[in-house]
Amino acid sequence: MKDRVTLTIDDREIQAEEERTILEVARDNGIDIPALCYNEGVEPYGACRLCLVEITKNGRSRLVASCLYPVEEGLVVKTATEQVTANRKMLMELLLARCSGVKVIEDLARKMGVEKTSFRPEYLEDNECILCGLCVRACGEVVGTSAISLVNRGVNREVASPFLETASDCIGCGSCVYICPTKCVKMEDVGDTRTIHNWDVSFRLKRCQVCGNYFAPEKQLEYIREKLNLPEDFFDICPNCK
Amino acid sequence: MNRLNSAQELEDLRRSIVSRRNPNKPCIAICAGTGCLAYGCLDLVSAFRDELEKRGLQDKVDVRATGCPGFCERGALLTIYPQGIFYQRVRIEDIPEIISETILEGKIIDRLLYVEPNTGERFIKEDDVPFYKKQQRLLLGNNNKIDPTSIDDYLAIGGYAALARTLFHMSPQQIIDEVKRSRLRGRGGGGFPTGAKWESTRKAKGDTKYVICNCDEGDPGAYMDRSLMEGNPHSALEGMIIGAYAIGSNTGYVYVRHEYPMAVENVAIAIKQAEEYGLLGENILGSGFDFKVKVSRGGGAFVCGESTALMASLEGKVGEPRAKYTHTSEKGLYDQPSNLNNVETWANIPLIILKGADWYNKIGTEGSKGTKIFSLVGKVNNTGLVEVPMGMTLREIVYDIGGGIGGGKKFKAVQTGGPSGGVIPESLLNLPVDFDELTRVGSMMGSGGMIVTDENTCMVDLAKYFVRFLQEESCGKCLPCREGLKRMLQILTDITAGRGTEGDIELLERLAATLKDASLCALGGTAANPALTTIRYFRDEYEAHIREQRCPAGVCKELITYYIIDEKCPGCGLCVEPCPTQAITFVAKKKPVILNQDLCIKCGTCYDICNLEAVGVK
Repeated sequence: MKDRVTLTIDDREIQAEEERTILEVARDNGIDIPALCYNEGVEPYGACRLCLVEITKNGRSRLVASCLYPVEEGLVVKTATEQVTANRKMLMELLLARCSGVKVIEDLARKMGVEKTSFRPEYLEDNECILCGLCVRACGEVVGTSAISLVNRGVNREVASPFLETASDCIGCGSCVYICPTKCVKMEDVGDTRTIHNWDVSFRLKRCQVCGNYFAPEKQLEYIREKLNLPEDFFDICPNCK
Repeated sequence: MNRLNSAQELEDLRRSIVSRRNPNKPCIAICAGTGCLAYGCLDLVSAFRDELEKRGLQDKVDVRATGCPGFCERGALLTIYPQGIFYQRVRIEDIPEIISETILEGKIIDRLLYVEPNTGERFIKEDDVPFYKKQQRLLLGNNNKIDPTSIDDYLAIGGYAALARTLFHMSPQQIIDEVKRSRLRGRGGGGFPTGAKWESTRKAKGDTKYVICNCDEGDPGAYMDRSLMEGNPHSALEGMIIGAYAIGSNTGYVYVRHEYPMAVENVAIAIKQAEEYGLLGENILGSGFDFKVKVSRGGGAFVCGESTALMASLEGKVGEPRAKYTHTSEKGLYDQPSNLNNVETWANIPLIILKGADWYNKIGTEGSKGTKIFSLVGKVNNTGLVEVPMGMTLREIVYDIGGGIGGGKKFKAVQTGGPSGGVIPESLLNLPVDFDELTRVGSMMGSGGMIVTDENTCMVDLAKYFVRFLQEESCGKCLPCREGLKRMLQILTDITAGRGTEGDIELLERLAATLKDASLCALGGTAANPALTTIRYFRDEYEAHIREQRCPAGVCKELITYYIIDEKCPGCGLCVEPCPTQAITFVAKKKPVILNQDLCIKCGTCYDICNLEAVGVK
């Protein structure tokens, strides 16, 4: 068993396992810290910066990304100081300027007391993607295919398939779709075909030999079957009918 | 080359190299640094050789292509030893005369001497030239004494003696203690105490430890690491080997940007030569210590100078920073303990070992010891690389070394620390330059860029320039840096175009605070400095742009008008032809020309061309 440490979050003394992050421990204890690029299924990334908190250690205070900072003995954490809140609000203003009209962002902004962005209306963009990188990380870390990646630098950064062409390694599993916080990865299943528009890919869906429903892309099932060394007929029947 | 198997063999070799050299033999040392290369110095080197051969003097006079001594403004540079005669702006046509007069007759050619523009005084010796006189060139001083591709040259000036001392007379802890006592701070920007960094890497648990030399240097206008790596690669290499021994590392990397081809080439040559002598590789000097160094070329992204991004790039991944809550000294390259220092920091190490921490402590200020190389550029008379003791005032650097502002203009401010540093106004010219003082006034040491501006520089435009650079170089991983710089550039662009509104300055300040507080890495964290310091020291200029649609420096095109000052214009017509839009009409001799505002695109050509200051700008 891992060592336990005692820390204080918002004046509450909390015991936690070493190596866990402030964000995880806070959320486990019912303390809400906003975050857009965090998902427990993938490694923390520290890109959206909304999870900033103030920590005090050896008498010195500073702001850190709580999704990455591991808990320590005696650490004093404040999740909503004036400085933390001011920064989060500015970050939301930046997001509103990037993603004007994106509901998830507008709702979160409103929740944090930001009704509108201070940046000029003529420069507002209607990007749905916030470049949190969750889709890329899920594809690489969880699925293991790395079919998509973050390309270009700075303001030109985007999530893309290799060379902006058909993502040939994509297996159509849809992890990118499920994990996206702003729902900007568009996928649809029509008849026997699944299409993920963002990566320019289409897949034939497998039909269950019992119920006759199309239940998953053939390429995905083949990928799983090979990876787990399953018998050839393993996916002839869908999970519901098994 | 014979492999050296002991410290004694190294000393024997050194003695034999020195004894074969006649200190009185004339040597023409020609700067072959990147600046002088552009002046055609390689042609100069071969032309000198040809001319000497033609006169049968090839065995009596040495010609040496050296590293950069720093006075790039006056290239091509050459120094004639043993007298130390310093010639500048040398051209191929000067060669026969230099050989007949100076080499053979010992006469000085006045025309090629440096003339102080303010006093008209001529200087014969390099060390007397005002540009050099106030410098303390502990590191750069060797650049024009050696051929960087010759390890024998480096050995002749005492090279690798520090390494031998550490390997045979000092324990790793003693080396670390000496570096700690020297109070050397990292020259790459952060100013972190080098000894403490080494110690934590030494103490960190890990199977393999790495030492890394950062020669990425992406600041526009900065080239001190470049000049050291090009001009004296062994000094950094020797520092690295000593560091590796102290830290307990057997593998090192030199990360150098691809745009520095000569640095790449010279460090590769240096590594090969050091390996052949047994100063690198297995069982160095017979001590039992192994250390290998590889060169890795970077693609030239500014962000790859940041240590975690650099390490990601070294691993072959995209060069993006990660949070440093676990220090790279514990988990760095390939998740192993890694110690990264920049070229200048490494090059200080052999000096500290040989001359001692006490000696080093006598140079500099309380919090910043030793010298620092700055690349002094912009509107000063003498641009180039300058190495000064920490604590020298900005005024001394800009006026005594830099020779003041060119064209009789007035000093306005100096941007230190590269694009993410800040501007320092005239009222702070007496500031002693060290890590802490620069930070205190809102700027930073960075890697040592120093860009001087004069009265014709608009501070809002300057901030816009740096923010544009940073926006282009932001990796884009974290939101505040990527989106924040984009918005900051939009606001600054609007202000310089006369579209600023009340509240813009406050919004910039609020945005800057978030960049500083919330960014993932130090590049984002410091990216707001240009905007913040220009607002802090030149708020009135921002206000003039916003409230009066006026650019006080006469720079921002949308806000200025060029006009002909009729009483000064003799109608010479010099400005008529160059005007790209034919906006200027010749009337008659002795009658002022007419400038049609509707056609004027405010390129400033007429303003630059007129010798009589008959073109005004308002």
